[in-house]
Amino acid sequence: MNIDQEELRNIVADVLKEMDLGGEEAPAQVSAASRTTVSAASAGRTESASGQLILTEEGEAKSGTAVDEVVLGITPAFGIYQTSTIIGIPHADVIKEIMAGIEEEGMKCRVVRVYRTADVSFVGHDAAVLSGSGVGIGIQSKGTTVIHQKDLPPLSNLELFSQAPLIDLPTYRQLGKNAAKYAKGESPNPVPVRNDQMARPKYQAIAALLHIKEAEHQDVKKKPQAVRVEFK
Amino acid sequence: MKRSKRFEVLENRPIHQDGFVKPWPEVGLVAMESSLDPVPSIKVENGRVVEMDGKRREEFDMIDSFIADYAIKLDNAENVAAMDSTEIARKICDINVPRDEVLKITLSMTPAKINEVVCKMSVLEIMMGLTKMRARKTPSNQAHATNLRDNTVEIAADAAEASFRGFDEEETTVGIARYAPMNAIGVLVGAQTGRPGVLTQCSVEEATELAMGMRGFTTYAETVSVYGTEQVFMDGDDTPYSKAFLASCYASRGLKMRFTSGTGSEVQMGFAEGKSMLYLEARCIFITKGAGSQGIQNGSVSCCGVPAGVPSGVRAMAAENLIATLLDLECASSNDQSFTHSDLRRSARTLMQFVPGTDFICSGYSSVPNYDNMFAGSNWDAEDFDDWLVIQRDLKLDGGLRPVKEDDVIKIRNKAAKACQAVFRGLGLPAITDEEVEAATYAHGSKDIPERNVNEDLKAIEEMMAGDTSGIDIIKALYDGGFPDVAEAVFNMQKQKVAGDYLHTAAILDKNFHVISAVNEPNDYHGPQTGYQMTEERLNEINDIPWAVNPEDY
Repeated sequence: MNIDQEELRNIVADVLKEMDLGGEEAPAQVSAASRTTVSAASAGRTESASGQLILTEEGEAKSGTAVDEVVLGITPAFGIYQTSTIIGIPHADVIKEIMAGIEEEGMKCRVVRVYRTADVSFVGHDAAVLSGSGVGIGIQSKGTTVIHQKDLPPLSNLELFSQAPLIDLPTYRQLGKNAAKYAKGESPNPVPVRNDQMARPKYQAIAALLHIKEAEHQDVKKKPQAVRVEFK
Repeated sequence: MKRSKRFEVLENRPIHQDGFVKPWPEVGLVAMESSLDPVPSIKVENGRVVEMDGKRREEFDMIDSFIADYAIKLDNAENVAAMDSTEIARKICDINVPRDEVLKITLSMTPAKINEVVCKMSVLEIMMGLTKMRARKTPSNQAHATNLRDNTVEIAADAAEASFRGFDEEETTVGIARYAPMNAIGVLVGAQTGRPGVLTQCSVEEATELAMGMRGFTTYAETVSVYGTEQVFMDGDDTPYSKAFLASCYASRGLKMRFTSGTGSEVQMGFAEGKSMLYLEARCIFITKGAGSQGIQNGSVSCCGVPAGVPSGVRAMAAENLIATLLDLECASSNDQSFTHSDLRRSARTLMQFVPGTDFICSGYSSVPNYDNMFAGSNWDAEDFDDWLVIQRDLKLDGGLRPVKEDDVIKIRNKAAKACQAVFRGLGLPAITDEEVEAATYAHGSKDIPERNVNEDLKAIEEMMAGDTSGIDIIKALYDGGFPDVAEAVFNMQKQKVAGDYLHTAAILDKNFHVISAVNEPNDYHGPQTGYQMTEERLNEINDIPWAVNPEDY
C-alpha cells in the first residue's frame, strides 16, 4: 500500500509536535505531554488504516515447536505507549504487513513482547530462541527492525534495518517474507539495504527521546509474554 | 502573522533541517556541566578506594568498582582530589607545563574530577590541551571504505585510493552482516595495494571481528564498545570485565585494538541515570584505561546527533577527546558521522580536532560518497577531498591527506581491483569479472558498478568460514595471481602481529613497515616551533594542489 506523501508529512509534523520539538515550550512539558499519551493509549488499542490494533497479553511466551512459525518480538512500549514509528507509520499497519509477508510464504507469525530489554538485536534474538523455526524478528516502537536466527551471536543478525526513518510498509512486508524464507531453510536475496546520511542529523535526537520513553517500560526480570493480535 | 521574508529565507537554510532539542537533565539529555553530576571525591584506605565521587564502596556499581580497582593511580589520588579544578585546567592548556607533568595529575583523577576540570575549559583551551596532550607526535587520519551493495571489488579500489591519498588506517563495515569476511579481505588487499603498511579493520559484531582478526583478514580492531552506565552494558550482555577479557584476546594474538565510546550513547539507549553525557563518557574512558586498552575512538562517534542536538554538544565532543589524551590513550577523534545538513556547522565541528591535530582526526573520513557510507554517513566524504586539501594548505596544517593526480589514482584503483580479482580466484570465491574490474577502476560509487549475485557471495562466504582460510591463503593467491608486491605487503602486515611493536600506544606503520608510535615518537609539544613540524618535503606536498595556477603562465 502507498502512503500519501502529504499525509506522511502531516503525521511526522504531529509526532514532532507531540514530542515537543517545536522549540517553543520548556522541557518539563515534554514529560507532561507524554503522560497524556500514555494514559490515552494504555488500553493497548491504536487506530490506523488497518483498523484498531489490539494487543492482549496471555501469559509467559512458550518455546515453540512448530517449524512453520516465525516469532515476532516487540519491545515493551510497542503498540501501547507508542503507537507509530519514528516517521509516523501506525504500528497496526507495520504488524499487519510483517504478518502478511510471513503468511504469503505459507508460514505462521507468533507475536511475543520482550520486557527485559528494548535493544533491537536482543529482542530479535530472544524471539528467534523462542521460535520453533529458530528464526525471529525484533522490532522497536520507533521502527528499527532485525531478522535474527537463534544460533547467531545476539549482536549479529541475518538482516538489520537500522535506519528506522527509511523503513516503509513495503519493506516491512518484504522483511516478513524474507524471515519466513529463512525459516523454511531458503536463502532469500536480502532486502536491498537503504542508506541516508541525513537520517541521523534529522532524527537522532528524536530517536533518543523515543528510546528513553521505550526503555522506561523495560522490566529486566519479566519473561517474554505471549501476545494475541487483533485488528478491529 | 504576516511572515518576514528574512525569516522565511533563514528557515529554508540547511541548518533548519537538523534536529535540536532543549536539555532535559533528569534523563541525561544534557551534554556537559549538569548540576546532577557527582561531586568529585576519593578516599583511599590500605591501598584500596573506599569512596569515590560521593559514593562509598558498598554503593559502587560494577563500573565504579572496575574504575576504582584498575583505572586510577592511587598514590597521588587524594592530593589531586584536593587540587583546585580550575588550576588543573590551566595547567592542561599552559605550554609551560610539560605533558608528563600534567599526566602525573590526570592519571590520578576520578571520573567526576576530570569531568569537572574539562568543564572549566573553553574550546580554544581544549584545543590547546589536545595539541599538547596527544600521544603521538605526528597527527594522522583514518578512512572508511564501504558501499551500499557490499561490493568487495569496489571496496578494494576505494581502499587503494584512500591509502594512496594518505590515510594510515582504513575501516570497512557491512550492509548485510554476512558479507563481513569478504569486505575485510577487500579492504586489506586494496589498502596494501595503495600504500603498504596501512592498517585495516572490519567493524561488525565483536566475536566475528575477533575471528576475522585471528584469521589475518584484518590488522586492527576498533569496535569494542564500552558504556557509562551499568544498564546499557547489561543490555549488551557485557561488563567492563568482559571487555577487558576481549582486549586481552586481541593482545594475545598480537592485534592492535582500541575501544569505542562516545557522548550520547547512554541517553540514546535510554539509561543515562540522569547524568551528563560527558560525565558518563569520562567513565567510559576510565574503563578503557583500566582494561589496558592502548586507545579509544571517541567524540560521540555514531551518536553525534544526540549531543549535537543540545547546547555545548560539539564542545563536549572535543572535551571527551581531551580526556582520552589526559589518560595517555591514543585518541581516534570521531568526525565520522554526518550530524548536520549545514556545511558551515560540520566544518566548525571538525576544526576542534583538525587544528590541534589528533592521533586520527577522523575515524573515519568516508573515502566513498556518503550514499555508500555504511556507517550511516560520515562528516566528510569523497566529494570533500579537495576541500580538505585546501583547508590543510590554507592553515598550514597536516590533516593527513595529500594532493593526487587522476591518472595515478586510476592506475592504483585498477591494480587493487585486479589484485582482488586474483584473491577471489585463489580462494575459490565467486569470480570478479573484467567488467567489474573496469567499473571499479573508474567508479565514484556503487551506482557505477554492476550488481553481483548476493546469494552466491553469501554461500561462498559461509563455506569459506566453515574452513580454515586465513591471511596466508590471501598471500598465496596474490603471489600466484601475479601480485608479488601486494603479497609481500600483506605478509609483512601479518608479521606485525608476531613482532607486536605496533601494540604500543597510537601506532601506525610507514610504507617500510616501521612503527611510529607514542613510544618511539612521543608528542613533545611545548609551544611555538616545538612538537610536530612538517618537513619541507611534506609542506611542499600539501601546498602543491594541482589546480593552482602557475604565476609564470601569465
